[in-house]
Amino acid sequence: MLSRPMAEVLDLGPAIGPNITFLGERIGCKIHVKDLYADLERHADVDALASLRDYGAESIDAVLCWDIFDYLPPPSASVLAATLIQALRPAGVLLAFFGGGAATTESTYTRYVIEDEGHLRYRVAPATCPRQRPLQNREILALFPDMSLADSVLLKSGLRELLFRKPE
Amino acid sequence: MQHPVQQESASIGKSIVIKGEVSGSEDLVIEGNVEGKIELRDHILSIGSSGRVQAHITAKAIVVHGEVTGNLTAADKVEIRENGAVEGDIVAPRVAIADGARFRGSIDMRRDEPSIVSERPSKSRKSESLTPISANGEPVSV
Repeated sequence: MLSRPMAEVLDLGPAIGPNITFLGERIGCKIHVKDLYADLERHADVDALASLRDYGAESIDAVLCWDIFDYLPPPSASVLAATLIQALRPAGVLLAFFGGGAATTESTYTRYVIEDEGHLRYRVAPATCPRQRPLQNREILALFPDMSLADSVLLKSGLRELLFRKPE
Repeated sequence: MQHPVQQESASIGKSIVIKGEVSGSEDLVIEGNVEGKIELRDHILSIGSSGRVQAHITAKAIVVHGEVTGNLTAADKVEIRENGAVEGDIVAPRVAIADGARFRGSIDMRRDEPSIVSERPSKSRKSESLTPISANGEPVSV
């Protein structure tokens, strides 16, 4: 996907210098930064997610969701997923992480930093919202109907890294 | 012996408010409030920590310590330093965003040239291989 000429990436996390350098300078993508974590209380409101519809239908090649779905109540998560699917071009991909284990009241966000093609570093930042109950696999798949699961990795920590692809 | 002339930056002080178009041919530091359009094509624009800018900016390089709302276009680079905040679209070949900086918008670091440049050598190599070369390096017609 990233080798596609003029690829456009939507990053739902904060602007992180190394990520911008990697995606912009090394890969040559156009990057749209829409930090949903910055205003999570507002984005937990379904109507507030409407701002994402600014990205036209089938205008984005890849979406980096990071673990934003872990922080959204189910109705908002559904609206966000549907909006992102609509924004993706055919064959476009969506990367999302889902935490495992028991629900927690700890309020931290994880900042994911792209080091290179094969390595991701993370660091913890203070949060304004706690994580929601971890989603079951079937609940995750229900969020992305008609998308095919291109890759999935289960980490020792229980974190699930899922890559969805929109059919051509 | 001549001493090199040190070029100082012009500055817009903290209490200054400008509404309109700012352009010039020297580096500029903004600590005040500017609303409109800023054009410093061959020079560096720095927005200081107390600077508040609502403008479309075009410059050689743009360094943001304060707050900017508007589109930024730089021939060299855009830097958003710690505590700096930008809301708008950036077009520049290099963009550096420090930890603690805030940004919302799009970043386009793509240059139009590379895709053209990357295609041309392979075409020229192909044509070279088909053209006989004489001992002195000149192409020979057959």
